[in-house]
Amino acid sequence: MILRALFQIGILLVLPPFLLGVVNRVKAIFAGRQGPPLLQLYFDVWKLLQKGAVYSRTTTWVFRAGPIVGLAAVATAGTMLPVAGQPALFTFAGDFVLFAYLLALARFATALAALDTGSSFEGMGAAREVSFASMAEPALFLVLVVMARATGSLSLSGMLGPALAPAWRAAAPALLLSAIALFVVALAENSRIPVDDPNTHLELTMIHEVMVLDHSGPDLAFILYGASLKFFLFGALFVRLVADAGIAGIWAAEAVFVVELIGFAILVGVVESVMARLRLTRVPQMLVGASVLSVFALVLLLR
Amino acid sequence: MGAWTDMAFILVVVLDLFLLASSRLGAAIRAVALQGALLSLLALLLTGSGHSVGHMLVVAGGAFFIKAVLIPWLMFRAIREMAIRREMEPLVGYVPSMILGGVGVVLSFAFSRGLPLPTNEMHPFLVPTALATVWTGLLLVVSRRKAVTQVLGFLVLENGVFVFGLLLTDFMPVMVEAGVLLDLLAAVFVMGIVMFQINREFASLDTDALSSLKD
Amino acid sequence: MILLVILVPFTLGAVAFAWPDNRTRPALLVAGAIVHVLGIASLWIQPEGPVMNGYLFLDAAGKVVLTTSSVLFLASAVYAQGYLRHRSDRDNRVFVGGLLVLLSAMTTVGMAQHLGVLWVAIEITTLATAPLIYFNHNPRSLEAAWKYLLVSSLGIALALLGTFFLALSGAGPDGPKSLLLGDLIRAGPQLSQPWVRAAFVFLLVGYGTKMGLAPLHSWKPDAYGEAPGLLGALLAGGITNFAFLSVVRVLQVTTAAGEGAFARDALLGLGLLSMALAAVFMAGQRDFKRMLAYSSVEHMGILAVALGLGGSAVTGAFYHVLNNGLAKGVLFLTAGNIHRAYGSKRIDDVRGAARRLPVSGPLFLAGFLAVTGTPPFSPFWSEFMILNGAIASGRYLVAGLFLLFLAVIFIGMGATVLHVVQGSDEGAPVVPGFRETWLTAGPPLLLMLAVLALGLWLPRPLMGLFTAAARLVTGA
Repeated sequence: MILRALFQIGILLVLPPFLLGVVNRVKAIFAGRQGPPLLQLYFDVWKLLQKGAVYSRTTTWVFRAGPIVGLAAVATAGTMLPVAGQPALFTFAGDFVLFAYLLALARFATALAALDTGSSFEGMGAAREVSFASMAEPALFLVLVVMARATGSLSLSGMLGPALAPAWRAAAPALLLSAIALFVVALAENSRIPVDDPNTHLELTMIHEVMVLDHSGPDLAFILYGASLKFFLFGALFVRLVADAGIAGIWAAEAVFVVELIGFAILVGVVESVMARLRLTRVPQMLVGASVLSVFALVLLLR
Repeated sequence: MGAWTDMAFILVVVLDLFLLASSRLGAAIRAVALQGALLSLLALLLTGSGHSVGHMLVVAGGAFFIKAVLIPWLMFRAIREMAIRREMEPLVGYVPSMILGGVGVVLSFAFSRGLPLPTNEMHPFLVPTALATVWTGLLLVVSRRKAVTQVLGFLVLENGVFVFGLLLTDFMPVMVEAGVLLDLLAAVFVMGIVMFQINREFASLDTDALSSLKD
Repeated sequence: MILLVILVPFTLGAVAFAWPDNRTRPALLVAGAIVHVLGIASLWIQPEGPVMNGYLFLDAAGKVVLTTSSVLFLASAVYAQGYLRHRSDRDNRVFVGGLLVLLSAMTTVGMAQHLGVLWVAIEITTLATAPLIYFNHNPRSLEAAWKYLLVSSLGIALALLGTFFLALSGAGPDGPKSLLLGDLIRAGPQLSQPWVRAAFVFLLVGYGTKMGLAPLHSWKPDAYGEAPGLLGALLAGGITNFAFLSVVRVLQVTTAAGEGAFARDALLGLGLLSMALAAVFMAGQRDFKRMLAYSSVEHMGILAVALGLGGSAVTGAFYHVLNNGLAKGVLFLTAGNIHRAYGSKRIDDVRGAARRLPVSGPLFLAGFLAVTGTPPFSPFWSEFMILNGAIASGRYLVAGLFLLFLAVIFIGMGATVLHVVQGSDEGAPVVPGFRETWLTAGPPLLLMLAVLALGLWLPRPLMGLFTAAARLVTGA
């Protein structure tokens, strides 16, 4: 039992940077490049942790707290997410609300830190980030409510646990619609391509990356690592929802889960490669579309 | 079988929502074509014990040919000749029209439970899908400026009516249904001619140019 | 004979499309109109039973509307000879063919006893007229045609949905499972009431759009304003009357199903709204053809009010169908003449029409007097009957509003008409080469005489027909 818990924490903490490496490799293959090593993000984080940080004199403690709070919130959220159908480390009725709000807290901390720099550029990024988040959040909540309704459980562990398979048999259309909505939300929340481009640093169109320009050293490492963790969380949620392999053995299930996550990373890489970035004005449209889809899913369930 | 029918209905509704959000005319025409194809598929899927199979084949084949092949082809020709790609500045923005569409979907799914069907219910999604599609069509017609998009809205409206008509296939004679499809074709055909003329007269297909007549 | 009056105009329409000569083609219109009038006359003398499995049958209500349109079409066909000769620069292939197809479709509406057939025929009338509105090939007429097509098609699509609802209402275990009028009425209370109610709403919106009831009238001023005068006559005195007939059919079923009170209230509301709106827009109208369009909105409103009142007012409604049809013929045909004599339809340009057009000018004035319900012309009597019905049933408020709107419309319309007809025409624009001929002035004159004659003496068989038609609706 302890061993399994340790293993779960291990996956949660170790795997995320690798997933982003997979995404980048897929994009590189599509672009005909060789691309960075799969483990590049580990190297980056390690390198940044060795360095000192530079702080502008105009910033306050809020700026320094941002990355730490952000990483802590995301990591705490991760402990509530069941891995491979096994119950999470913490689970209680209604934990999905806390899960969503911990993610929101991370964003709040990052946005505050960005505002604290006093730079208008970062302020703009923060404004964009929170205004899009205000549209992505309803979609995320609706998806979670659909899952709660379909499985009759109020905890993430219950929603993504054994009750999921019968729910698929009973309400496949609704779950499929919410899976699509969840994928859209995942792309938006992780600043992936149709919404935001994680690779740009000097374009006025970027959203998330703008906010972290002033961070350096260990702070930047926390942010990069936190971002990969968030990607992992959405990936885990998504693959669990759509690909419940139903494998009996715990260890086999864990292995399949890791493979599925890599599949998710490849899917995101493909989407990023074949789609163009949306105009900024079209992003709300996509997010509202995701919300409308999940409302539709909910209506189908409530009938 | 049942799951496929479910998915087909839901896809029809999702296409409605997509149409409300899309500004690219090519994508919108494709969506309408796909919707037409789904309708003919539904006509086949819903062939139950009470229906004559031959009749349903005629309806489904006719619907597929007109709704999924002929009309999209005409529409594509129209936009190619007039070199327009996008709907610019709709009267009601994309986000509000999507929300309105979503409200329509929710209401039609919620209310149609209360409507007592005098006949045996073919499928629980049929009536709400029809109502939601009619609503979408109306919304598109009144909220868009381009003549092509308005015609697309009209087609979606007709699609909704067609879905509803599936309920009646056991006692409506083929003649009337053929008339329905033919009228649809004729309507779009004439509209196409008129649109061509609008283009020639105004050098654009913006119905805003059509506003010299008012009180 | 029933099939003949439908098929002959249709065939002639096809012939018109193939006819090579632009100058002689309009004669086909007269040929079709004469065959049609003779056919309808023979159906008067020798009524026929249902044909085509009961899908087609000429009952009293259909006979009223069809007779009106037949006479009106004959007048328009003769008028068209003069008009199209004057407009010989234009290819009239589509115009002549379209009018004949329209005649055929209208006849089908008049005789349809099956709601599906009725719907198809109504849709054909829309498709046949849309290109005709575009006859002048200018941006304004294009705009009018586009609006007409789009708004009518939308209405017609909703009407189809309503028809489906109605079919569904009779799909229960003991339902008729049919769209034949007779079956539906016989089934009456067995129809599923919520669906009948929903069907009525959609059908009223659908066919009401075609009738041009407010607030669904937006196509009307544009279409009437831009179409040639004779098409305006056929729209205002023909097609809208057939849309009214379609509403009557729906009301027959709705009443039989026990939802009559709800339906009549809806009609009454829409009718009064139409009259009010027409009164507002007619005052100060600077374009005399658009003014006629609002007059058409008003009269469709009167018909809807009459249906909504029920009882003896319904008899008046059918009487009014005939009167309004003929009077609208006079107004639109003479308005067409005035329009062409001045090259303008703005009252800023047009004055002294009585002087320049010694027949059409005074006829326009007389037509105005008739259509606003001035005695001794026949619309006075039908409007009086409707008003009487309102008072007899104790609807004093409706009667009061009815009178008020009529008075306001009389004043508003009178100001425009008098401005056009009176005074001297000096300084007004002149179109060289236009002269009134017997072909263009004769038909409205004869229609006017008919309106006058019907006002002085109503033949007993006609009154019997109106009563019989009303009995179909009220069931009394």
